[in-house]
Amino acid sequence: MDGMSLLTITVLAVFVGFEVVSKVSSTLHTPLMSGANAIHGIILVGAIIVAGQATDPWVLAVALLAVVLATANLVGGFVVTDRMLHMFHARKDTSRTGAAQSGAAQKADRK
Amino acid sequence: MSILDPAWTALLYLAAAVFFILALRGLSSPRTARRGNLIGAFGALIAVVTVFLSARLENIPWILGAIAVGSAVAAPVARRVKMTQMPQLVALFNGVGGGAAALVALLELPHAEGPWVRLAIVFTLLVGAVSFAGSGVTFAKLQELMTTRPVLFPGLPVVMAAVLLASVAAAVAVVISGSTAFAVLLLALGLGAGVLLVLPVGGADVPIVISLLNAFTGLAVAASGLVLGNVLLVVAGTLVGASGTILTRAMAAAMGRSVAGILFGAFRGGSTAGSTAVSERPVRSSTPEDVAVLLRYAQRVIIVPGYGLAVAQGQHTAAELAQALEARGIEVDFAIHPVAGRMPGHMNVLLAEANVPYESLKEMVEINPEFKNADVALVVGANDVVNPAAKTSSGSPIYGMPILEVSAARQVVFLKRSMRPGFAGIENELLYEPQTSLLFGDAKDSLARVLGAVKAL
Repeated sequence: MDGMSLLTITVLAVFVGFEVVSKVSSTLHTPLMSGANAIHGIILVGAIIVAGQATDPWVLAVALLAVVLATANLVGGFVVTDRMLHMFHARKDTSRTGAAQSGAAQKADRK
Repeated sequence: MSILDPAWTALLYLAAAVFFILALRGLSSPRTARRGNLIGAFGALIAVVTVFLSARLENIPWILGAIAVGSAVAAPVARRVKMTQMPQLVALFNGVGGGAAALVALLELPHAEGPWVRLAIVFTLLVGAVSFAGSGVTFAKLQELMTTRPVLFPGLPVVMAAVLLASVAAAVAVVISGSTAFAVLLLALGLGAGVLLVLPVGGADVPIVISLLNAFTGLAVAASGLVLGNVLLVVAGTLVGASGTILTRAMAAAMGRSVAGILFGAFRGGSTAGSTAVSERPVRSSTPEDVAVLLRYAQRVIIVPGYGLAVAQGQHTAAELAQALEARGIEVDFAIHPVAGRMPGHMNVLLAEANVPYESLKEMVEINPEFKNADVALVVGANDVVNPAAKTSSGSPIYGMPILEVSAARQVVFLKRSMRPGFAGIENELLYEPQTSLLFGDAKDSLARVLGAVKAL
């Protein structure tokens, strides 16, 4: 791809990036940071390409190190974000005071 | 042998990029966040499979082995890490990503044609190395492997300036000559710059640096995409760079600081140093039973959790207390300051872990008008984020930081370990107000005793 097209895509991506997180609630700042962190682990694709073209053993060794680091970033980032978000849950009932009753009702429904 | 033709490759990378955008958008609301993250992971999977099918690759068994090693190291750590240690883990993952980007750029240098590609390479090298080393220091500070206070030595600004000048010189040399030796030198200078950048940053500001370095890594990845001519890397990296920048600014605003002030504030005289002097002025101290009575006969209680709660591992007890009060018909909310905890949004994660539903976790702007309707504001292990000095005393180091306005509540109860001032080292006038009472002790113990007393009433 030529340089001008890449530049166009880069500039558009800046705006998309600003747009998608501009309305984020501060409740989710930590998972958002960790999720964004996981996304840049996609440098793994670059590391794989470089390792796949390596002919010199030293180059291969450094490239494989990059693959290990990038994988840790990518896999670890998504796993830990999922773990955090798994804990965020909505209130199970609609009324604030009737927690016990509606909880019991739900159990009864399931039976 | 490549199985996919270039058109299919481009299409699959485009799909992955769209999934990343959807992932970031999903992450901005609690309802859709988990699905968003899984969409992102799926996008990453598509991208990795695509690269194997589209490029002519050698050494595939080695590469698969390296991926297996990386996953085997990271996944168990990610699964087992304590939620209180989340900030340092994010820093660590961010650092290794930056390191990977720098290494990719270094290895691409011999294949680079033309000065523009080399310019992208030196950018990736430098920024990736800064992110790697900076994240390493951040990790060490948060894990308390080193002091959490700003580290300053005489001549630090001079050394920093020298490193930056040398980096620019090395970068120019790489762009002109394409020499790998200069590139390695640039890498080393980048590592040094990363260390020097984070050393002077003090405790409470460290999490904002993580966010900034996250944006840096994103930009490094985007630049490496320019080097490799890979659109997906460009889009993903730029997305993270842009969102990281917004996030960093939002967090800094929540602390009433500028990003430059956080990075270079320590040079102008210790803003986060503060005093640890203990005041002799009289305060009204209380007993768990008294606090329980106050809470039990309130209609509306707002709990303000701070990092002291997380240190004492008291978030489960706090959640239990909230449940016990709600079961007795009392309205309970948690007022979360944006920087409560050890990284922005951290307190929400800690309380979510303790099964507090996210509707009860109120943001500062949402809860501040509510304090005047609250019978009791229960402040647990927080101090600076409720200190009125941030609004009233212009000489105070926290002046300008938005605070939770607990003083509007009818009664304010502080659960505190001691009279020592908070992180910023400033006295809190609120402690001496007539509507304030204090219960001294470890946050978790105090909460458990109050909980016991509430149940006994």
